[in-house]
Amino acid sequence: MAFESYQLKRADFIFKNENDWEKILSRTLSRPPQEIINELMSSELKGRGGAGFPTGLKWKLTAEESASVKYVICNADEGEPGTFKDREILSLVPYKVLVAMAVCGYVIGAANGFIYLRGEYKYLVPELNKAIKEFEYYCKEINHNFNISIFLGSGAYICGEETALFDSMEGKRGEPRNKPPYPTSSGYMGKPTVINNVETLAHTFTIFKYGAKKFYDLGVQYSRGSKLFSVSGDTPKPGIYELELGMSLQDFVEEFGDGDTKAVQVGGASGFLVPRKKFAETAIGYKGKLTGISLPTGGSMMLFNSSRSMYNVLDNYLEFFKEESCGQCTPCRVGCQQLYSGIKAVKRGEKPAQYLDKLLKLTETMQLTAKCGLGQSVANSFSSIVENFREEMIY
Amino acid sequence: MSEKINITINGMPVEVEQGKTILEAADQSGVIIPSLCYHKDLCVAGNCRVCVVEVVGQKRLSAACATPCEEGMEIRTNSLNVRNSRKHIIELLLSEHNADCTRCYKNGNCELQNLASEYKIMSQDFIPLAPQKKYTIDMFSPSIIKDNSKCIRCQRCVRTCAELQGVNALTVAFKGDEMKITTFFEKAMNDVVCTNCGQCINHCPTGALVERNYIEEVWEAIANPNLHVVVQTAPAVRVGLGEELGMQPGTRVTGKMVAALKRLGFDSVLDTDFTADLTIIEEGHELLSRLKKALVDKDKSVKLPMATSCSPGWIKYIEHMYPEYLENLSTCKSPQQMFGALVKTYYAKARKLSPDKIISVSIMPCTAKKFEANRPEMHDSGYRDVDYVLTTRELAIMIKQAGIDFYKLEDAKFDRLMGESSGAGVIFGATGGVMEAALRTVYAVVTGRDVPFENLDITPVRGMEGVREASIKIENPQPEWAFLDGVELRCAVAHGLVNAKKVMDDVAAGKSNFHFIEIMACPGGCLGGGGQPIPTSPEIRQKRAEAIYAEDAGMPIRKSHENPEILKIYEDFLIKPLGEKSHHLLHTHYVGRNRF
Ligand SMILES: Cc1cc2nc3c(=O)[nH]c(=O)nc-3n(C[C@H](O)[C@H](O)[C@H](O)COP(=O)(O)O)c2cc1C
Ligand code: SF4
Ligand code: SF4
Ligand code: SF4
Ligand code: SF4
Ligand code: FES
Repeated sequence: MAFESYQLKRADFIFKNENDWEKILSRTLSRPPQEIINELMSSELKGRGGAGFPTGLKWKLTAEESASVKYVICNADEGEPGTFKDREILSLVPYKVLVAMAVCGYVIGAANGFIYLRGEYKYLVPELNKAIKEFEYYCKEINHNFNISIFLGSGAYICGEETALFDSMEGKRGEPRNKPPYPTSSGYMGKPTVINNVETLAHTFTIFKYGAKKFYDLGVQYSRGSKLFSVSGDTPKPGIYELELGMSLQDFVEEFGDGDTKAVQVGGASGFLVPRKKFAETAIGYKGKLTGISLPTGGSMMLFNSSRSMYNVLDNYLEFFKEESCGQCTPCRVGCQQLYSGIKAVKRGEKPAQYLDKLLKLTETMQLTAKCGLGQSVANSFSSIVENFREEMIY
Repeated sequence: MSEKINITINGMPVEVEQGKTILEAADQSGVIIPSLCYHKDLCVAGNCRVCVVEVVGQKRLSAACATPCEEGMEIRTNSLNVRNSRKHIIELLLSEHNADCTRCYKNGNCELQNLASEYKIMSQDFIPLAPQKKYTIDMFSPSIIKDNSKCIRCQRCVRTCAELQGVNALTVAFKGDEMKITTFFEKAMNDVVCTNCGQCINHCPTGALVERNYIEEVWEAIANPNLHVVVQTAPAVRVGLGEELGMQPGTRVTGKMVAALKRLGFDSVLDTDFTADLTIIEEGHELLSRLKKALVDKDKSVKLPMATSCSPGWIKYIEHMYPEYLENLSTCKSPQQMFGALVKTYYAKARKLSPDKIISVSIMPCTAKKFEANRPEMHDSGYRDVDYVLTTRELAIMIKQAGIDFYKLEDAKFDRLMGESSGAGVIFGATGGVMEAALRTVYAVVTGRDVPFENLDITPVRGMEGVREASIKIENPQPEWAFLDGVELRCAVAHGLVNAKKVMDDVAAGKSNFHFIEIMACPGGCLGGGGQPIPTSPEIRQKRAEAIYAEDAGMPIRKSHENPEILKIYEDFLIKPLGEKSHHLLHTHYVGRNRF
């Protein structure tokens, strides 16, 4: 196995555009589906939208379902505050995503695909539709039957969760469903569905084009390939960067920090806060070799310098969660309100400092019992902030 | 036969059918897993999370109600992890809840309270959130009170209204901490499509949805020496009241109920079954007259199928949803309202009472009847025909308040004049009962013979299937009804408004060729009404139905037209079915409403 470096390495695959999508599409469609699945599996590409589920396996499971109607959905709800990588992909290289959807349709046996587009991205629709039209035209030319339509989201963060997204597309109130059944067997309209993040799909294009090895050679064990990061906060160079997975946070901060970085929130509101003293031992990936950091959401990296109050950071996240929880399940709906009110009560001295331990226990229950990823992941930011910056919570 | 799989629950090997959930598997093996959002009548929601259990090898706990069993699963329902999580969840629910139990109508029959009591939630560690919330109470409806401060957001009511009733009056609105159960544009329940059926009340685990009760008003009337307080009791109450007072579902308590009402101090204890019989006479003749107009006079304006009109939840539903079909409804009032109109006319005269000194109370399995009694047109006696409507549950409360040991009561008999009934009147309480009762009478009127079913039991219209169809061929009719010779009378029965919708959609699409349809708003008919004991379930309703049919089978008179008090009222007062007095007192009209 190759030496694993944990160094920050830039990559340039996603936005590189060689206008060769027609060629890649027809070439890929001429391969047997099983071969495409194998290629994806050996690339070890994992979902870039949230749970990090192996993409090849997702396609394989859906392909194995016997239903005659199946769907491909591109999740472009991108609700995480401060992230806009999916928007950039859809604006700059939409064809990569469309190709990936069509190939997915070919592999699993679906004739229809949808792009669930975040409501705020409505202005992208005309351009996207133009691209879709041209794309479908080409598909017809090569005798491949695949239709893509755009579905505009409602603006609720929770509708990015795959099963809430299906409900929302079906005209219902977007609330996460019980799993199982998983989308691979019962998704949109109860049919087997592959739902992938925009970026995940764009990476499959890279794999179709260059082969799995090229992708696999990037990154480290368990975290292969590159990934888009939305860098924000106290940084002199905010923006979107494609980096290889597996870099140490230390390296990252050296590159993007302002010299006074106190902590980095990895993975947005549902991610973890890493304090300065743990930068060196933290790798950014799905199953970091160093500490076990995962990348729960879309690759948001928010840097905080010493002028920032971690209490305020947590307060913001909790306010976000208490409002964006769909509200159906008890641990999340009420838990978020308790955490939000709880840290305030401690700060004001209405509750003793030990109350924070009670709240930490509560987040364990939320993690164990909440119905979907939102409620389950509140514990991440809460515990990492409270445990590392306890004094800031109290005084 | 579906395949069996093997799992263990708390170490105990269990064999279950493939596809069963953990909750069902536990239930079948005598392990109780607490639940709140789960209800046997409804789709699984999996949102309260109190049913979480540990599945060995899984990182997170699983909602037992929503997780199918898999081969080899090892389930723990009482591990430390599970207990702590469950306790947390109950504490969280309580922290958002206006847990003012001593002032709550559901005190003593509340699933949240039971859980809190089981888990001995004594302290209040979490911050009380209820005071910060702008909870509202909706008391505009004559039938239902909706108190959001008691709501745990389990959505049982929403699913009930959608899945059982197809009404969708209740919805979930907003998200996060503001998520709540509300109506179209947050209007009052009284201003939306709500049919007042009360099914949401029966399915609500807490005090968030309850009937509007009139217990104090009735106590006051009873205490007033200048008033003559008459009470009527609907058929389904006699198979529900015992259950509400702690007996097994399906216990028949007719005689005890009458005795209790007398002890409560009602001046006269009468029977809605009497007007159920009367309904059959009027409605039966109405059906025959429609058939005659359609078949003999070839009158195209006659509306068929004719639909029953004794379920006020159904009436309000059709007024909202199918206003263009109001003429298909029988013009007969419900038995309750026929009774009310007669109490302050026929009964008052016979008893030499001034109608303005009569208070008429009815005991109903139904909350829609409260709304019905309140309808402006229900004043045909010159007074409000029915003054107060109490549910089975309210009557049980009064019995307890009065210190009556229900178990020890000796059976008593209804008072005379409007207290006699037939088995046909009794079965009004079950889905299909009105149809069966009507067929027993119509067939006899037309042919002079009994319906061709053993023991008069018209089994094809019985049962719990959502929509049932039956037909009965008329042969050798009496000369007067010769035009019906060989006619196959086609009937349909539906219960639960979601099934009413199926029948009505067929009618609207011209796909239906029925002559007569019976529709009851509630699952199982009135025995599953919104005023009946809580909890309810398919098994419980089945037991109540068996009790109703047993009551019928045991009655000396089984056909409405043979009820001597019915014969008497026509002789002394009404003169003839569909006559002028009937028209004035026993029939009514309907109003179209909008769909919101
Ligand atoms: C609260 C919540 C919000 C989510 N929002 C998004 C989103 O905006 N975009 C996205 O691609 N995935 C989102 N996800 C993840 C999806 O549920 C799903 O895992 C993902 O679309 C699968 O695609 P992938 O395998 O390509 O990552 C969200 C998950 C949760 C729990
Ligand atoms: S965890 Fe939160 S967002 Fe997810 S289903 Fe429960 S309440 Fe909704
Ligand atoms: S709803 Fe139940 S828990 Fe709440 S106040 Fe009423 S009885 Fe108590
Ligand atoms: S009373 Fe009936 S119609 Fe009205 S909200 Fe409840 S279930 Fe729906
Ligand atoms: S009103 Fe009752 S049934 Fe409806 S969500 Fe609230 S607690 Fe549940
Ligand atoms: S009973 Fe299972 S989640 Fe509510």
